[in-house]
Amino acid sequence: MSDSPRLPPRRPWTMLERSLAAFGLSGRALVIAAPALWLTVFFLVPLFVVFGISLAVKQFGRPPYSPLLTTDEGTVQLTLHLSNYLRLLTDGLYVAAYLSSIRIALISTLITLLIGYPMAYAIARAPERWRNILLMLVILPFWTSFLLRVYALTGFMRGNGVINQVLGVFGIEPLVMMQTDFAVYVGIVYTYLPFMILPLYTNLVKLDGALLEASADLGSRPWQTFLSVTLPLSLPGIIAGSMLVFIPAIGEFVIPSLLGGPETLMIGRVLWDEFFQAANWPRAAAVAIAMLVVVVIPILLLQKAQDAIVEKGR
Amino acid sequence: MRRGWFLPITATLGFAFLYLPIMSLVIFSFNENRLVTVWSGFSTKWYGELFADPQMLGAAWRSLQVAFFSASFALVLGTLCAVALVRFKRFRGRTVLAGTVSAPLVMPDVITGLALLLLFVAMESLIGWPAGRGIVTIIIAHSTFCMAYVTVVVQSRLSDLDLSLEEAAMDLGATPVRVFFDITLPIIAPALVSGWLLAFTLSLDDLVIASFVSGPGSSTLPMVIFSKVRLGVSPDVNALATIIIGVVALGVVAAMLIGFSQQNRTRARRG
Repeated sequence: MSDSPRLPPRRPWTMLERSLAAFGLSGRALVIAAPALWLTVFFLVPLFVVFGISLAVKQFGRPPYSPLLTTDEGTVQLTLHLSNYLRLLTDGLYVAAYLSSIRIALISTLITLLIGYPMAYAIARAPERWRNILLMLVILPFWTSFLLRVYALTGFMRGNGVINQVLGVFGIEPLVMMQTDFAVYVGIVYTYLPFMILPLYTNLVKLDGALLEASADLGSRPWQTFLSVTLPLSLPGIIAGSMLVFIPAIGEFVIPSLLGGPETLMIGRVLWDEFFQAANWPRAAAVAIAMLVVVVIPILLLQKAQDAIVEKGR
Repeated sequence: MRRGWFLPITATLGFAFLYLPIMSLVIFSFNENRLVTVWSGFSTKWYGELFADPQMLGAAWRSLQVAFFSASFALVLGTLCAVALVRFKRFRGRTVLAGTVSAPLVMPDVITGLALLLLFVAMESLIGWPAGRGIVTIIIAHSTFCMAYVTVVVQSRLSDLDLSLEEAAMDLGATPVRVFFDITLPIIAPALVSGWLLAFTLSLDDLVIASFVSGPGSSTLPMVIFSKVRLGVSPDVNALATIIIGVVALGVVAAMLIGFSQQNRTRARRG
């Protein structure tokens, strides 16, 4: 035992080490095993369960799907149905929903970038004592509830909402904004704007002013300097911010269901309705697997490529 | 450097866009009228109604409990994971662990929620646990997705850490566990606090995952708000939002002030 008299024996870590040693475990093994085991059971295994159930069909009972394995007089039978996947391909609704999610996420990421970039730039160029306060104002909405911010927008955009009341003062007819794709774009831009501004700010605040001066001295107009110096240098920030908006936007459920109309198709909402409204668990599972293959895996690969580029750049 | 009008104006408009909806929410929480957007006089009656609503209060209390336990489990698991990834450079399955812990960050909530629900249902029919779904299954689900965020926060702090302190302690005969509790933990404490707070907020805010893995009678606060808001306007939700915004604003300002005074102190010490 390394129990030298220098170490007081009643300290918690000595107890911890002794009890670990009693089970033949090293601290190192436990540090790795605990999170690895947790993630295996509650993250990896569930994905396989989803895949399994996506190969079943809906049936009445508990659980509401057909068993994959059945025993019939001593023989074990495995029944897999591909009908859910066939349905995803043949029913236009699902393909349309995947495409429209990607479109909505792309367009709203672009709008967020167009609004977020000048804001991040303005904060980065603001006097130093203002910067922290402005940043705090950007971060503050993130710590309040996401759901309540979406709700705040409904109060703003509804038929008799704030915007239309202001327009009414000027004698302008009320606009129909709620339950349209427009409202979904506003919702995504509104809730994810901080995620765009923060990485852009971190990037832009490091921008060397001497480069801009050099460019100006060489006779560039401000917009030329912006296009040839600032914009290329801030590309990592643009990519990071865009990913932080695009990734959650694509699987968004709350925004399309509170702000969107019945014709606003987004895949997160389709999955939700398949599960909660139609109670078709296998179909919902197939939608999830297709979403993993079509959306999540490409994003992971893209991130890997992005990391590699960043590493190379160092 | 160009000091044009473009940047200040877009920034002002941007902040107006971020804050006007929240401000109108706060103002109309003091409106007497049930129609949330028609002003008819100052009143605090919606706050009274909010605090007299047992469903809302029960859900709020449940959400706080879930967030507390989820954040704490996520903190322990995420810290262990960060230590494993930063300190142990070589072990079998390291890349798998690194990939798996960051995957929940890009996983859409609907998939995480559905996957965990299907797991719980399958487990219940195989081994009889968890018997039904409720607060325990929500805590498990939230711990899993929050631990990814804690890992990211702690990982970045750990990799900046000066190794010589830990090595010195080891040379003086401290065991690895003691080094961790005596040296590493106090240094990374700020990262642990922000990781825990982040996890707490994410858990408190989650609607989608909780909706999948909760059972009858275990609705969390976002679930109750969502069902109310879906039916239309409700002034007591405005009141609740105002309280949450007030608490968060106070917290963020306090954190900023503490950060400022610490910065000033280090600056003063450095002379």
